[in-house]
Amino acid sequence: MTFLVGNGGGFSGDRVDAPIPVMRSLVRRGLPAAMFFETLGERTVALAQLERRRDPELGYEPMLERLLAPILEDGFRHRIPILGNFGAANPPAAGRLVARLAMRLGLPDLRIAVVTGDDVAGSVALDQLPVHEADDSLDMKSARLVAANAYIGAEPLVEALRQGADVVVAGRTSDPALAIAPLAHHFGWRFDDWAKLAVGAACGHLLECGSQITGGVFWDPGFKDIPDPANIGFPIAEVTAEGGLLITKPEDTGGIVDLRTVKEQLLYELHDPSRYITPDVVLDISECSLEQVGKDRVAVHGLRGHPRPDTLKVTASFEGSWLGEGEVSVAGPNALARAKATAEVLLQRMQLRGLPVRARVDLIGVASVLDSDDGALWRSYEGPEPPELRIRLAAEGADRDAVDQAAREVLALLCCGTAGTGGARWRLTPRILTRSYLVLRERVATSVVTRTAGEMVV
Amino acid sequence: MSETVTVPLHEVAHARAGDKGNRSNISLMPYDPAMFPLLAEQVTEARVLALFRHRGATRCTRYDLPKLAAFNFVIDDVLEGGVNGSLNLDGHGKTQSFRLLSLTVTVPKAAVRGG
Repeated sequence: MTFLVGNGGGFSGDRVDAPIPVMRSLVRRGLPAAMFFETLGERTVALAQLERRRDPELGYEPMLERLLAPILEDGFRHRIPILGNFGAANPPAAGRLVARLAMRLGLPDLRIAVVTGDDVAGSVALDQLPVHEADDSLDMKSARLVAANAYIGAEPLVEALRQGADVVVAGRTSDPALAIAPLAHHFGWRFDDWAKLAVGAACGHLLECGSQITGGVFWDPGFKDIPDPANIGFPIAEVTAEGGLLITKPEDTGGIVDLRTVKEQLLYELHDPSRYITPDVVLDISECSLEQVGKDRVAVHGLRGHPRPDTLKVTASFEGSWLGEGEVSVAGPNALARAKATAEVLLQRMQLRGLPVRARVDLIGVASVLDSDDGALWRSYEGPEPPELRIRLAAEGADRDAVDQAAREVLALLCCGTAGTGGARWRLTPRILTRSYLVLRERVATSVVTRTAGEMVV
Repeated sequence: MSETVTVPLHEVAHARAGDKGNRSNISLMPYDPAMFPLLAEQVTEARVLALFRHRGATRCTRYDLPKLAAFNFVIDDVLEGGVNGSLNLDGHGKTQSFRLLSLTVTVPKAAVRGG
């Protein structure tokens, strides 16, 4: 028997109409199915925590209602549970939002599970834990903690499904757990069946970034063309009890599923291919192979699993410095010389004013994203004269006012800059620094509470 | 040996970049799996490291996946501090895959489209 897993979103900011064709396809196919959303990047939870501090009823995925409104009724009526880490820093408040939405849609019996326990800021002493990875610039003596969350595995999500949840609202989970859970629940996979869990982890890993396996960040006109990139279908996996895994996408959508898209996503954010560590299993794709078995249908073979680690990863976020950015444009004859001169003058202004910032200048159109902080590429550029250029200053420092002043130096170019300088924009943003730790899994206690929308909205 | 031509990798392969902290991984796949040994010979760890040296890269490790006809390059300290600390517009380094694809390789003329 085949179970379908659909993905409705791969990050906070993804296309909000993407879930609709996925749910429609799951309903049409009539097989047992679940759908998941992965909307919580490494820093997203810290930004959500800041939001929650401002308003205790916020701090979850801001597009949550927009994402779920068109699919909630179909999910409920066809018994297709929806799981997501869209609870971010505030799963209980996100649960209440889903309950209000369900009531508005006339679904008082819809069951909502709220999974908590990933937030360990108050329960685990971070300074006692071994450090896993850390931002270099983080000074622990003065660092102010914003959030600390453990990447929890699939077991509490399975418990939520056992309690009959139609919607599972979680905060920080491992991304693959969102796919492992409905599979383990449906097939009764044990949490020491590493071969099966590896299939679940691969399913989650391949689907977690949404369209990245169906043509998103893939299409390269003239080299890797895809049909209808304005309407890319988000992925659906077909999984069998024996551990067969096949990737496809909804009918009547754009995008493509082929060996190239699946390879790119299989290796995405992976380091050692034999050790992709998740809280539920260590996935090994070193012997993996792919097979195109039909149009937009790719089978994944040769997955292997190794025992899960004893520890969970905790990512802690701290208030960082400030980032100031400013941009202006130049165009037409002699644009390159004017842009280079502007760049040098901006750096000179930082010096002249003694602003305590670390600064960098980019020449967008010649070299920016591929360049280094010292501008090695734009300084050595000897190519043709670009028709237009945008000069960007980025400045970072602990002193908010100094960073603001640095960014405003770009604005001043509207009068003080080279001939024909225009289009100034500048902004100031707070930065988040992260540090991750390993904590014994027993130290992270999760809780699952499942109630109907009617019970939650009184 | 048939006639050869020197082209950017982009003509014969595709790639995707991802990040974890100050470390980038870039996958590289030839369109034609038969090109795998040729790329294995030419797209070495040393050449890839040199390509990112201006960004402070300190180490490059290549994992070979012959069953997928794919390589995974893991490049340390290349993201100027990573997304939290970098002054780069693209702190995640997603655009770096196309820097790798600008590296040149010498391949049989027939392997290149229109070749």
